[in-house]
Amino acid sequence: MKPLVLPSYLDQDPAVKNRFDALKQRDIILDVKNLGKKFPSKNGEVTALKDINFVTHRREFVCVIGPSGCGKSTLIRILAGLESASSGEVLLDGKPVSGPGPDRGMVFQGYTLFPWLTVKKNVMFGLLNQGASVVHAESEAMQWIDLVGLERFADNYPDQLSGGMKQRVAIARALAAKPRILLMDEPFGALDAQTRAKMQAYLLEIWRNIDITILFITHDLDEAIYLADRILVLKANPGEVHELIEVSVPRPRNPEQFISPEFLATRKRLDELIHPPSEDDDDDKLNMIRFTQAGDDIEPNE
Amino acid sequence: MSNNKKSKKWLEPRVELPTAQYRLITLASFVLPILIWCLVSYVPFIWHPNVQITDPGGVGYFKEGMMLKREVFDTESAKMASESKALPHGIPANPIYLPAPDEVVRALYTSFTTEPQRRSEQWLHESLWHSITVVFTAFFLSSIIAVPLGIICGTYAAASRLTEPFVEFFRYLPAPAFGALAVAVLGIHDGPKIAIIFIGTFFQQVLIIANTTRKLDLSLLEAALTLGAKRLQLLFKVVIPGVLPELYRDQRILLGWAWTYLIVAELIGTSSGITWFITQQARYKNFDNVFAAIFIIGVIGLLSDIILSRLGKRLFPWDKSSNKA
Repeated sequence: MKPLVLPSYLDQDPAVKNRFDALKQRDIILDVKNLGKKFPSKNGEVTALKDINFVTHRREFVCVIGPSGCGKSTLIRILAGLESASSGEVLLDGKPVSGPGPDRGMVFQGYTLFPWLTVKKNVMFGLLNQGASVVHAESEAMQWIDLVGLERFADNYPDQLSGGMKQRVAIARALAAKPRILLMDEPFGALDAQTRAKMQAYLLEIWRNIDITILFITHDLDEAIYLADRILVLKANPGEVHELIEVSVPRPRNPEQFISPEFLATRKRLDELIHPPSEDDDDDKLNMIRFTQAGDDIEPNE
Repeated sequence: MSNNKKSKKWLEPRVELPTAQYRLITLASFVLPILIWCLVSYVPFIWHPNVQITDPGGVGYFKEGMMLKREVFDTESAKMASESKALPHGIPANPIYLPAPDEVVRALYTSFTTEPQRRSEQWLHESLWHSITVVFTAFFLSSIIAVPLGIICGTYAAASRLTEPFVEFFRYLPAPAFGALAVAVLGIHDGPKIAIIFIGTFFQQVLIIANTTRKLDLSLLEAALTLGAKRLQLLFKVVIPGVLPELYRDQRILLGWAWTYLIVAELIGTSSGITWFITQQARYKNFDNVFAAIFIIGVIGLLSDIILSRLGKRLFPWDKSSNKA
């Protein structure tokens, strides 16, 4: 079989190049400068993140990807203000941030809807914290619930919803607080493949229609390429920026693009970065001996 | 296989019973002990270590209605037989401290319908009501301090460090040990009784509520933080509503503990309430009344727990675990 010839993942046709040039002209929303994080441990200090530098522009969709243990969750928690950085700083609209706040909305991997509140009251939570009146918060919340298509479930408790519906409410809840940037920590990681694909499409739809910048953590390469403008690839030990990839797959995205040359080229590059061919692959080999009778093969022998 | 599976449900680990079986087995949990009690009481050859004399025969000191050990009866009748005098007759009987079910039921009925025999005595329901007020007063007083304190300890590390080491120490001190002190400070009536139940409940309550509060999923607090909730909002809008159903369950268990301190507490100072009734009746060897009173305590405990559990389902409709039980 002839090997598939892919373009370089760096090749961009002029339209795509224009798109990225325009993107980089936009306002910078989040500016991460020399961010570092060290944890104390029994064997001395462990560096979880080292010299992380990147920016996200207004209405940009950035995915963060990396092998497990590269500190991508730590990174997003620092950005959200749930953990503090050991060095460096995070600027939002040019102003340094410290501590959590409603200007950086967050959607967690686990389900973090308040179980004692109905869907509507969950979405109202952030609005009421900011001093909105109940009447105003309620009508505002209903618009967001409408946006994620759950108006029939406004008065249900989270326990009565499916996993995908819960995450849609979580997105609505985060957006209702009017954040500048939406931080998403593997939000679809716990969902089954079909629901997950649907949620990705929903998210792109929402992102396209409102003024929001998204930083999205995932370990799923296809998900990252399907969603992102740019992909921040981290490497482990210590967590550093490996490469920042501009995804040349044109928008609007659709699932057919999964087998387009640009998509596959980007995927191949991500694969190389995240699963580099290692010198001793022996650990990964099975020590298989034959348990079946000769002539009982399920694949043709070469 | 499917047939087998159906009939052997109760042998499978953690499989829910069908409703009919569920009800039947719940009923059996009460019927079985009562059945054993009936067997021991009504079947003459099971236990019955004593003999009640119906006819003294030739034995000088035997009297009709007298209760004595079977060995004594046997030696005496053997003696009579060898001296060829009239044999004594008697029926097998259980010791006086184990009345038969029908005697207890009758005592229960009588205690509510007949005026107390002695002037100083109270009706059973008066004693009971007194005990109930004591338990609930003590539990209420304990709760209004321990519940907020426990929630604060479970939420703020500083409060936890300041409070819990001492509480942890204090909860090992046996509450009844404070009896004499409580009487000296609070007099001989209900004061010291409430104090003993309070001491017995309060310290456990603080620790249990604090632990329950700590079990709240931290990510709920983090989510609230990213939605702009601040300090006291976190406590009142996340921590408290989040732990409420668990906290309610804890309170049900703790109320049961408060009841277990009742008897000791009521013996302190002038004895009163249901304990006074029980000790008084035991003194006159009216063990049927004693059993009747003990059962009533059990029934009150069980009933109040069932009512509270039903109420819990109403109060916390979102709580899955409370809707199961």
